[in-house]
Amino acid sequence: MNARLLPYVLILPVTVFLCIFFLYPFVLVAQQAFGSDTGWSLDNFRDVVSHWKFSISLWNTLLLAAVVVPVQLALSLLMATMVSKMKRGRDLVLYVWTIPLGISDLAAGIIWLAIFEQSGFLNSMMHGLGFIDAPMNFISYQNMTMVFIAIALAEIWRATAIMLVILVAGIGLIPKEYYEAAEVFGASPWKRFLKITLPLLRPSLQTALVLRVILAFEVFAVVAALGGTLFPVLMGETYSYQFDLSNSGAAAAIALIILAISIASTLVILRALRVPKGATI
Amino acid sequence: MAEIQIKNVAKTFGAYQALHDINLTIADQEFMVLLGASGCGKTTLLRIIAGLETATTGEVWIGGRRVDHLAPKDRGIAMVFQNYAVFPHLTVFENIGFGLRMAKMPNAEVTRRVERVASLMHIEQLLKRYSGELSGGQRQRVAVARALAMEPDVILMDEPLSNLDALLRLEMRAELKGVLAESKTTAIYVTHDQVEAMSLADRISVMHQGKIVQAASPIEVYRNPAAHFVASFIGNPPMNFLRAEPAGSGKWKVAGETVDGPVSAATPLQLAIRPEDMRLADDGLKARVKLVEPLGAHLLVTCDVDGTMIRAVLDSDLTVKVGDVLTLAPQPDRVRWFDPQSTLAVA
Amino acid sequence: MTAATDAPQIDARRSGRWLYIASVVLLCAWVLVPLYFLFINTLSSPETVNSFPKGFVPEFDFGSLRFFAGFQGMIDALYNSVLVAVLTMIMSILIGAPAGYALSRFDFRGKELFRMLILLTRAFPLPLLALPLAVLFIRVGLDDTVFGLALVHTTLAIPFAVLITFSLFSGIPIELEEAAWTLGCTRLGAFTKVVLPLILPGITASAIFAFVISWNEVFAAAVLTIENRTLPAFLLQSLAESPLHLKFAGGFILVVPALIFIFAVRKYLFAMWGIANR
Repeated sequence: MNARLLPYVLILPVTVFLCIFFLYPFVLVAQQAFGSDTGWSLDNFRDVVSHWKFSISLWNTLLLAAVVVPVQLALSLLMATMVSKMKRGRDLVLYVWTIPLGISDLAAGIIWLAIFEQSGFLNSMMHGLGFIDAPMNFISYQNMTMVFIAIALAEIWRATAIMLVILVAGIGLIPKEYYEAAEVFGASPWKRFLKITLPLLRPSLQTALVLRVILAFEVFAVVAALGGTLFPVLMGETYSYQFDLSNSGAAAAIALIILAISIASTLVILRALRVPKGATI
Repeated sequence: MAEIQIKNVAKTFGAYQALHDINLTIADQEFMVLLGASGCGKTTLLRIIAGLETATTGEVWIGGRRVDHLAPKDRGIAMVFQNYAVFPHLTVFENIGFGLRMAKMPNAEVTRRVERVASLMHIEQLLKRYSGELSGGQRQRVAVARALAMEPDVILMDEPLSNLDALLRLEMRAELKGVLAESKTTAIYVTHDQVEAMSLADRISVMHQGKIVQAASPIEVYRNPAAHFVASFIGNPPMNFLRAEPAGSGKWKVAGETVDGPVSAATPLQLAIRPEDMRLADDGLKARVKLVEPLGAHLLVTCDVDGTMIRAVLDSDLTVKVGDVLTLAPQPDRVRWFDPQSTLAVA
Repeated sequence: MTAATDAPQIDARRSGRWLYIASVVLLCAWVLVPLYFLFINTLSSPETVNSFPKGFVPEFDFGSLRFFAGFQGMIDALYNSVLVAVLTMIMSILIGAPAGYALSRFDFRGKELFRMLILLTRAFPLPLLALPLAVLFIRVGLDDTVFGLALVHTTLAIPFAVLITFSLFSGIPIELEEAAWTLGCTRLGAFTKVVLPLILPGITASAIFAFVISWNEVFAAAVLTIENRTLPAFLLQSLAESPLHLKFAGGFILVVPALIFIFAVRKYLFAMWGIANR
């Protein structure tokens, strides 16, 4: 076969596939969101935004991301630096720490339900230690803070691994000589982390944050499993518009809003962590 | 019979012209070395002959057959790669026999041939091993054996020794020369190492900026460089160049001295002389010593001759100090002349 | 240096070391203990699961799992999940690997644009695609089918498949292929005889990754299927009414393959992401 054509033949399947199942659906989503009986309109958006649950679910989603992502960033950075120094048992520790990577958000929600439900392990533990006599109902209207904490913990537990993997891979790409040079010039371990690891890790941090933040806006099943309808989030609203209310126009409108937030935050992250040209490893 | 003809081959990568109109004929069973600095186009030319790269224009003929439209496998060539390219998932035996199996040779014949080349390359005891268990030198031997097992018309080698350490390189060089002479195949060998080129080649093609500057026997390339580039590239240390002003009827002024030279030219030329072709004499160029490097076998002296730095290789018994003024006489039959405009040699 | 100034330094270093080990152990526990709780609940009888207080040792009673297996529609859902995941795995590798190969081996016009398209998919909340596709699938008769869902899951998995196989192919020196060409192989022959054997473990790893992506996906599965629910979709749908022991057993079934798979691909996890960064 002609060597000039071969690469195009090879990428053709992916391109066609993504056009049909990625680009085209986005056109359709936009059509659904802006469409109405009378042609183009913002009716769907007006409906969705004016609903009393919208601002709550938007606030919940953003708050959850704002709490969870920084904690995960710090935690994964800590774990990645710890692993990079490890000699014995590195593989085992890494395996354990990356286990949540394979666990779905639904399963993670169920796992933390086992801890926070009324007859769950947190109550059992507190009872065993004599703090309480009767089990407390953590997940209820009376205890919204606890609901939030449970959901945030489940999210942190589940999705730190993805950032960890990206950061560990990124740290692996930084040549050891830089650290040795910095040490020779008298930089303390903390300084080395600040002056070498962090700046050289910027591309990985970009990837990790973009991916994580987008996933944070998609939070859905963890919340559904743990909080049910107590803690409305955007993705859950999309689901219930589509399903319980059979209003796909409204569902599409929220989908576009989630998309807009995702794109905006991606741009912010890329901008904040941009690497000057030529300053790559 | 495998004469190789390269006719008007040129290659461009985007806006970059890697090869300019190359014409070269390599005789059957000849050992041709393509020599040049990195980026001169020698590897590109080899890969075009192999069929791993397509020439932008021009033709490649092997054994009287035009091959530039053929896939590598149909050209009757075998190749040894710089990083050996020994297949890691196959044993040494299967590596050497890989091409034979592709050619659907019967098992017995594969075994016979593999064993023959393995003993030729002294790797019989390694046949069951995998590439990960071999040293660099052993991998190199496997790569050569794999090429030889094909009994190809042409064997192409891309810097095959450059990844070996110095001592091993010397040993493999001698061995390669013997094995290839015996196999009676045409060989094209790419290297940037002039010593390797001199020791192996029947003929050397010196390449520079995508052109072949000179294609001749090693001694010819050394003694009679066709261009300034060849003279400055071959030889360690390279040739010395001194400015020469015409003084009429074959006489030339060099650093205040009068020297016999070409009658044909009337513009300034360059006189070129190898460092080892200068003797201490009563009459000659006045050279102020700037640096003395005792190299054991001889003495390498860097001197200033009328503002130009030159080097001379002298007897190691001499006592020479920095600041001394030597009188150096170029051996007349070894003096060469170059035109600074065209950079070519002048007869 | 004298002994007097040495001692506190050694002390500080020793306590630092203990702090380090303690945090490693603590972080391991942070991951493992919740999993252990799920494990206890799964291997306890339904009565124990719903009782209080709980023991911290499993009683190895299979009542909950039996209840799970006997629950109406659950086994079908499990079967659908496996089917969708396997289809996703096959499609994403078959479609994605050629592109990964092209990216690693060729320089071609539009390569950067193509890479952008691939990376773009990762910057979008992909499960949302399920919404318009639900309508589209009804039109073409793919609604509520395993294959239709597998198509959406393949869209999720393909960017990973392309980037992972790209990094895998880039790890195989082109000279190995070229050597095979000069030894009598066609392009395809060199690929099957040399590249494929070397890359098979990595391909398996990325296939498993695709499997896990599909196995875990909830939103699109819930939106696109009604009768032919996958396990996550089924669990999600019945969250409100299903008893605790059913949730935990279901969660356990969801987690187990993931644990095994992450173990199987652990060697490739980091290599995969190292390249995907750039």
